[in-house]
Amino acid sequence: MRRALLLAPAWAWLLLFVAAPAGILVAIALAEADPGLPPFRLALSGAGFATLVEDAYYLDALLAALRVAAVTALLCLAIAYPMAIGIARAAPRRRLLLLAALMLPFWTGFLLRIGAWIGLLRDEGWINGVLRGAGLIEAPLPLLYTEGAMLAGMVHAYLPFAVLPLFAALLRLDPTLEEAAADLGARPATVFLTVTLPATAPAAVAAFLLVFIPAAGEYVIPELLGPPEAQLVGRVLWQEFFQNRDWPVAAALAVALLVLLLAPIRLFQRIEARP
Amino acid sequence: MKPGLFLRAAMAAGFAFLWLPIVLLVVYAFSADRIPFQWGGFSLRWFEALARNERLVEAALLSLRVAAGAATLAVLLGGAAGWALARFGPFRGRAAFGALIGAPLVLPEVVTGLSLLLLFVALEGLTGWPAGRGATTVLLAHATLGAAFVAVVVQARLAEADRSLDEAAMDLGATPLVAFRTVTLPLVAPALAAGWLLAFTLSLDDVVIASFVSGPAGTTLPMALFSMLRLGLTPEVNALGAVVVLGVGAVLGLAALLLRPRGGAPH
Repeated sequence: MRRALLLAPAWAWLLLFVAAPAGILVAIALAEADPGLPPFRLALSGAGFATLVEDAYYLDALLAALRVAAVTALLCLAIAYPMAIGIARAAPRRRLLLLAALMLPFWTGFLLRIGAWIGLLRDEGWINGVLRGAGLIEAPLPLLYTEGAMLAGMVHAYLPFAVLPLFAALLRLDPTLEEAAADLGARPATVFLTVTLPATAPAAVAAFLLVFIPAAGEYVIPELLGPPEAQLVGRVLWQEFFQNRDWPVAAALAVALLVLLLAPIRLFQRIEARP
Repeated sequence: MKPGLFLRAAMAAGFAFLWLPIVLLVVYAFSADRIPFQWGGFSLRWFEALARNERLVEAALLSLRVAAGAATLAVLLGGAAGWALARFGPFRGRAAFGALIGAPLVLPEVVTGLSLLLLFVALEGLTGWPAGRGATTVLLAHATLGAAFVAVVVQARLAEADRSLDEAAMDLGATPLVAFRTVTLPLVAPALAAGWLLAFTLSLDDVVIASFVSGPAGTTLPMALFSMLRLGLTPEVNALGAVVVLGVGAVLGLAALLLRPRGGAPH
């Protein structure tokens, strides 16, 4: 009885605000575009999906988003491993401090950090100012609105997601294994490749996915830091919805993105569910 | 094994990459120069300009109200859901329940935002509610997102806590309500507090979902900031950054105090 009392409101909420929106999304992805308000007519037309298949622009947007998300996740892993190892091997008190140093930037506001990158990378920005002041360049380097700027913003935004799972796995790793390898004459790089990396591989996959999954749908960073030609799926979906007012195509893009992310999401959940 | 030189250098580089933009953002908030990220002598003029920017101040107040409401709802919902998942054992529809509560954790923001907007439009068409979109719809969307995080935190806390504690209380004659109030609630209180803070910050930080589900009357702080950044950077953004970094530092310090393991069992 008490259980039903606790469960009923939660069920009602989840059905209304999680399950129903998913159903409506699919229904509108299948609907027909219509000049009325709201701009669609319910039907089993599938015109939205047909547009996605016919026009290479949409497929390219999906593939570009997956590529950028994969590059972001790999860069995050490369930067996160030394940080995670360093934090895990620090003395307990110092470890807490380093963890706080890792998480504080993460809590300082996503858009403010993007704003900081704009301030660093603009033509009249900090980096160009420093380089010009040092006499290294005459004309400002075009840094903002490039693929590099976009990746810097993405890695900056998602880096803590990659460090935390690696850190947790490294804490569980028996340090004598690495010491034994080193005692037997292995160089640090060899110890990492033959002991640390294999032992933390599942966590590395989890870290990769924890970055890859949200990054694949990213809208704000490509919009504010990326080049105009970086038409990633999040941006295209946004434009279809807000500018072209083509709701069925926007919904179909959302469904397509979800279908593409289904395997990574399942894989992530399976890794997380391991004892 | 002691970390070698290469490892320490790589770790320092990682932290520098993470911190450099933020440190500069805060430092240049105190610069008098009209161009952001250029030093023009010490000044507090941009904090003053920020305080006089009615659009931003109004958006910030709205964001704080929405975030507080959303976090409170998220704690009620996510707390109940996390409790059910940790303590009810197998119940009918448990797998579906777990998948639904966790879904917002893994869905891309654009998908969550779009599908919730489509829901609100459909609901308005069918029932007349919600009439238009704004603060209320953003609050409902953020509560749904926050509940997913609260449920995870609460479930994890209950999973590591010993179930026999409340059973012992009831064996000793406590009614279920008394056992709940004296044993279980103090046990989950830190998780609920941490979950509230997490949901609060998520709401304060979200621009994508809010942009989808809000209307002309509901411009949150991130939405206002986003349209500012689209047009170009102003030193007011630096000033806002300084305020937020210092504020978040204070809040995190408070959270660390709340979650500090208190004697006995290690965390």
